[in-house]
Amino acid sequence: MKKVIMGNHALSWGAQLGRAQVIAAYPITPQTQVVELLSEMCASKALDAKFINVESEHSAMAALLGASIAGARTFTATSSHGLALMHELLHWAGLGRLPVVMGNINRAMAPGWSIWADQNDSLSQRDTGWMQYYCASNQEVLDTTIQAFKVSEALAIPAMIMLDAFTLSHTYEVVDIPDQDKVDKYLPPFQPKLRLSSDDPHAFGGLTSPEHYYELRYKLQKDMERAPALIEKTGQEYEKMFGRRLGLAEDYQCSDAEILFITSATAGYTARVAVDALRAEGIKAGNLRLRVFRPFPFDKVREVAGRAGRVAVVDRNLSWGCHGIFYQEVKSALYGHTDGLPIYGYVAGLGGRDITPETFKEIARDALSRKKNEPAEEIVWIGVKR
Amino acid sequence: MKKKKSLERIVFTSESEFPLMPMSLGTMHYNRTGAWRNIKPVIELDKCIQCGICWKFCPDVAILIQDEWPVVDYDYCKGCGICAEECPPKCIAMVEEEK
Repeated sequence: MKKVIMGNHALSWGAQLGRAQVIAAYPITPQTQVVELLSEMCASKALDAKFINVESEHSAMAALLGASIAGARTFTATSSHGLALMHELLHWAGLGRLPVVMGNINRAMAPGWSIWADQNDSLSQRDTGWMQYYCASNQEVLDTTIQAFKVSEALAIPAMIMLDAFTLSHTYEVVDIPDQDKVDKYLPPFQPKLRLSSDDPHAFGGLTSPEHYYELRYKLQKDMERAPALIEKTGQEYEKMFGRRLGLAEDYQCSDAEILFITSATAGYTARVAVDALRAEGIKAGNLRLRVFRPFPFDKVREVAGRAGRVAVVDRNLSWGCHGIFYQEVKSALYGHTDGLPIYGYVAGLGGRDITPETFKEIARDALSRKKNEPAEEIVWIGVKR
Repeated sequence: MKKKKSLERIVFTSESEFPLMPMSLGTMHYNRTGAWRNIKPVIELDKCIQCGICWKFCPDVAILIQDEWPVVDYDYCKGCGICAEECPPKCIAMVEEEK
């Protein structure tokens, strides 16, 4: 069935098709429609789930931790300051190995008060032990939600799915909504690895001495390292059943790129338009859009960037006092793998400033004008009014 | 409660033996948290109106209702004093614990 739906509703449909069993959420612009539709789905029994109204995002995540350890498939959605308020409990889910799936609408942190697109909210949660997916279309949002349940439950690692505020969350697109029975075949019911049950009672997450804590973290990292292969595998299974590939990254015209953009989220689709325009001008451009940021897709980045002439990483985020965050990670992934490859860091679109095909053309012109043997510039600001 | 129960202690030697999340061997029943208490609630039943508010508010489920009257389970009461604070006729006194 095809429907014209907004990005936020693609998350709701993904949660319904994924048969989430417990949903606890607190509304925040620009996420509100996600849980509005989910509450309607629960009320009409289209989705057989318990919907818990809570007084804060902190409580929303706390409720899901309990539901998840009791064996329920859990879903929530938030944005920006709501995500920041969850911060402590994100660790409880990540380090507690509870496969909660959450939509996060990427919205700038205040002050200045803003409701527009910016990735610093979710990237500030980088080290909480969650997988992170960044989406570029409403279809991808729905498909990724279903895939995220499957991957998260197999590895006992939670996942957040990112949508750019308004650029994706409030944009209406045609979305193919798969049949429930096919989704059920792809995604069987949740089989928890640990379970709170009165039949076999245990208390979870208690005091852990230095004798044991270290190994728990080792296990989490080892399972995170298994995630890239599993994301590719479940993405190929998804393609077989539904015709759409869900990999770690999407490469576009990368095989002979003299200038390779590395992008994420909706800017990654805008980049494809710019790649076509640049190629029409005779400039061999390419675009690698990272769908997954945690676990970081090291092999994919090394493979694609290894063939490029120059790399321009475009960040809608910034680690203050350092660099664009994807730029830092791409550089660290390529260190020792691509000798002499110039890698430039571009910061654009903070706080919802538009990133357009012209932005990418400007980036390409800048990157190609630099001397190859000069030290790469770490932050090039695009479009700052100076 | 005075007698300290010897705890079963497990030391893992390899990460492969670990559960994904630390977990107790069974219920926490053995963990008699009443030993943490400095002050204890004492209920004066003559003034008690049997409203059940102390039972409802106790965060440690340490007030039981027996034959329709509240009884403190001193094995688990940590002495937080919420029952005394919430009791409408103020019939619960918090008394210094004697060691």
